[in-house]
Amino acid sequence: MWDYLKLAVLGVVVVVAAIAASMARDLPYLVHMLVIMLAAAITFMWQIRRVGEPAIVANPNEYMDGPVRFGVVATAFWGVVGFLVGVVIAFQLAWPELNFQWAQGYLNFGRLRPLHTSAVIFAFGGNALIATAFYVVQRTSASRLWGGGLAWFVFWGYQIFIVMAATGYVLGSSQGNEYAEPEWLTDLWLTVVWVAFLAVYMGTVINRREPHIYVANWFYIAFIVTVAMLHLVNNAAIPVSFLGSKSVPVWSGVQSAMIQWWYGHNAVGFFLTAGFLGMMYYFIPKQAERPVYSYKLSIMHFWALIFLYIWAGPHHLHYTALPDWAQTLGMTFSIMLWMPSWGGMINGLMTLSGAWDKLRTDPIIRMMVVAVGFYGMATFEGPMMSIKAVNSLSHYTDWTIGHVHSGALGWNGMITFGALYYLVPKLWQREGLYSLRLVSWHFWLATIGIVLYAASMWVTGIMEGLMWREVDAQGFLVNSFADTVAAKFPMYVVRGLGGTLFLLGAIIMCYNLWKTVTSTAARQPARAAAVPAE
Amino acid sequence: METYTFLRAFADSWHLLFMFCFFIGVFLFILRPGSRKVHDETANMIFRNDDKPAGDDSAPRMGRHADPKEAR
Repeated sequence: MWDYLKLAVLGVVVVVAAIAASMARDLPYLVHMLVIMLAAAITFMWQIRRVGEPAIVANPNEYMDGPVRFGVVATAFWGVVGFLVGVVIAFQLAWPELNFQWAQGYLNFGRLRPLHTSAVIFAFGGNALIATAFYVVQRTSASRLWGGGLAWFVFWGYQIFIVMAATGYVLGSSQGNEYAEPEWLTDLWLTVVWVAFLAVYMGTVINRREPHIYVANWFYIAFIVTVAMLHLVNNAAIPVSFLGSKSVPVWSGVQSAMIQWWYGHNAVGFFLTAGFLGMMYYFIPKQAERPVYSYKLSIMHFWALIFLYIWAGPHHLHYTALPDWAQTLGMTFSIMLWMPSWGGMINGLMTLSGAWDKLRTDPIIRMMVVAVGFYGMATFEGPMMSIKAVNSLSHYTDWTIGHVHSGALGWNGMITFGALYYLVPKLWQREGLYSLRLVSWHFWLATIGIVLYAASMWVTGIMEGLMWREVDAQGFLVNSFADTVAAKFPMYVVRGLGGTLFLLGAIIMCYNLWKTVTSTAARQPARAAAVPAE
Repeated sequence: METYTFLRAFADSWHLLFMFCFFIGVFLFILRPGSRKVHDETANMIFRNDDKPAGDDSAPRMGRHADPKEAR
């Protein structure tokens, strides 16, 4: 019965999407409807081949690792895609001729830049978060994922969101809000997927067979709930037509700007920080084989982080039409945020106390420690840049880009790579990784890449900030904008080079993980004797 | 405008006080006497149940209260 209902719904979706595609008012909407039609048709075919077969009964005494395995593959794939687009746009800035005439309006910098940011944040980071969330919540709740096939819906639904967002950017469908570019149709779809994600996660936590909710789960829950809230408020918009991608935002003026950066900064705070801290609090203790340094500190870290982060957004709007008190509020909370951030960093690093020797032998733990180091560095740099006096120099310069990338490449990237290296042998029941030497290669390529990236952006950012404010004895500005662009060229080339090294490291990781799955000995399951009696 | 004025006044008086007290309360609760045992136990929880869910009985249990093992 349930099967037939699903088939009927999917069939209706295919037909409605086909009709909407034929009546589409613009190209992005047409493509999105075709994507929906194809996805529903494929699901329909998949479903119809299973009609009449006995229902698969899930074993509650096994973890559901299928979506986690797919999530790991998707993370690696979208990671390489996102880094590649990043390298392309870095070189487009250095050599504008790379904005090819034949690809104008599709593959020029303006179209590829949101594709890069969304690919690395939402496709690479988002898949890493969903996969690790599903892995961690099962292990720390000691129970199978709740909701049966719902976890599969979350995985595939999220991939459809990514494809819709990516095609939208290239074809010119954008709300123009940073990190919130997708238009109303894509936004609505993400909302559905996100609610399912929350349901699977909370269902598993409620079904747990452990008395306490481990701290990593708190961070993951904060990430899921807050991102839902941010997404709904910032994307409040009224579609111009149900047959077109364009919409009109509900918010306007300075309120719109404030809501956008309340969203934007908390996307950093809860997507790229809270979620990834969930990873840190699980994978670092596991890889180091030691419990977290101070569990008390981890709970304080959690509460202080979520209480302070939510207020920091106005620091993106210093010296704008935003009221002064709001700017000062944002600055103050950003500076206070330094404390919980460093508390968390110390907690992550000190987890290794008594096991520092592992840094010499285990390149995975080295990767995780460098990630926490970059977390500490970026969360010091951020509060400093939010101070109005510093911001008057740094705002609108490449220093901001450098800051974002030391956080994104160093913290999010490295902790994700560490988690992937930890997860793949576990998920595919392998003895260990194919090659630790290749992990070391990845580690050094990525680290040197980040250093080149961050250092060149510091130099070029401070340089252009100083050039913009330079006045002569009569009070006239000395430099034109084009002067600063010309002066930045060498640093842009170095930045592109750093990105290339980072991309190369990620490709090496993909090869290493592939070989781990395909040509490493299977893990021996005879470990029952080591389980202590309760 | 009335609603705005009311909410604005409420936000920077009673609600501010509530959030402040909640925040301090969380820290005091974390540092309460006897929490160390709970925290040590929770911090080490990640080292079990790595390969399969807990419990040999097939019936899933709802939360901790239904767990007979917890009634020590």
